[in-house]
Amino acid sequence: MPEDRNCCNCSNNTMNSEDIMTSSNLCPRQEMLNAIKSYRFAVIELGLYLDTHSNDTRALCLHRQYANELKDLCDKYQKVYGPLTIEYPCNKWRWLEGPWPWEGGNI
Amino acid sequence: MWTYNKVLEYPVKIKCKNPKLAKVIISQYGGPDGELAASLRYLSQRFAMPDENAKAILNDIGTEELAHLEMVGSIVYQLTKNASIEEIEQAGLSAYYTDRGLDVYPSSAAGVPFTAAYIACKGDPIANLQEDLAAEQKARATYEKLINLCKDNPDVIDPLKFLRQREVVHFQRFGEALRGIQDKLATKKMYMNDCQINNQSTL
Repeated sequence: MPEDRNCCNCSNNTMNSEDIMTSSNLCPRQEMLNAIKSYRFAVIELGLYLDTHSNDTRALCLHRQYANELKDLCDKYQKVYGPLTIEYPCNKWRWLEGPWPWEGGNI
Repeated sequence: MWTYNKVLEYPVKIKCKNPKLAKVIISQYGGPDGELAASLRYLSQRFAMPDENAKAILNDIGTEELAHLEMVGSIVYQLTKNASIEEIEQAGLSAYYTDRGLDVYPSSAAGVPFTAAYIACKGDPIANLQEDLAAEQKARATYEKLINLCKDNPDVIDPLKFLRQREVVHFQRFGEALRGIQDKLATKKMYMNDCQINNQSTL
């Protein structure tokens, strides 16, 4: 729902997945991962900020926008490349597939 | 509870092993100002915080520190992977290798195993948050020393710079939480007995 994600018209100068994903000639998996990492970082950072500035409506709006983008992208990624959390429903147990993050997987 | 995310918070991709650097960087894994000490300290302090902002910030920073613990562990793992016995000896890791092999074991740069004595919990929100502010500055200073020691190694410096920056942000947020609690404690308190409250509600 786009109107829900742009509740204060602040998306003009914020990141969106097309910007992030067409900014390079990386493979689709890497582009998606880069976007996931960017959105997750933004969500973590805005979350900490909101913990001490809970009345900041612009920050709240950005958090909602990025959290929605992150959720959509993670769903898309996991469908193709396997689960990112153990909560993702699978037909085949792809959680075992390496490499793990410390071995250079999903980075 | 926590759910594991199969992604590092920030990428760690080290091309060349260097056990010498691993020997010092492990301090941010299990040393006195390391990520494990920070995470357990915040997650332990959050239970008795008197204020919703402070509970949330300790919970969420304590959680992010676990992601940083994984990043530091990944750096140490990648710096020691496939190191030869000669390289381990040259790096001064013979004693570590004898007891731990190449497992990533929480200890300081000097080889002291992690201890819960690193975790400050004073049972006082002001004292605890002041300790946390100092902890973030000590972690920042440690990362700066590590960055100095890693010169000419951009693969290692890059994640260390990210981790250093996060300490600065955490310091900022803890400062705001502390101010919130101090303001709350400074406000005038009004005490009413039941009779007054009942009278008020009928007004």
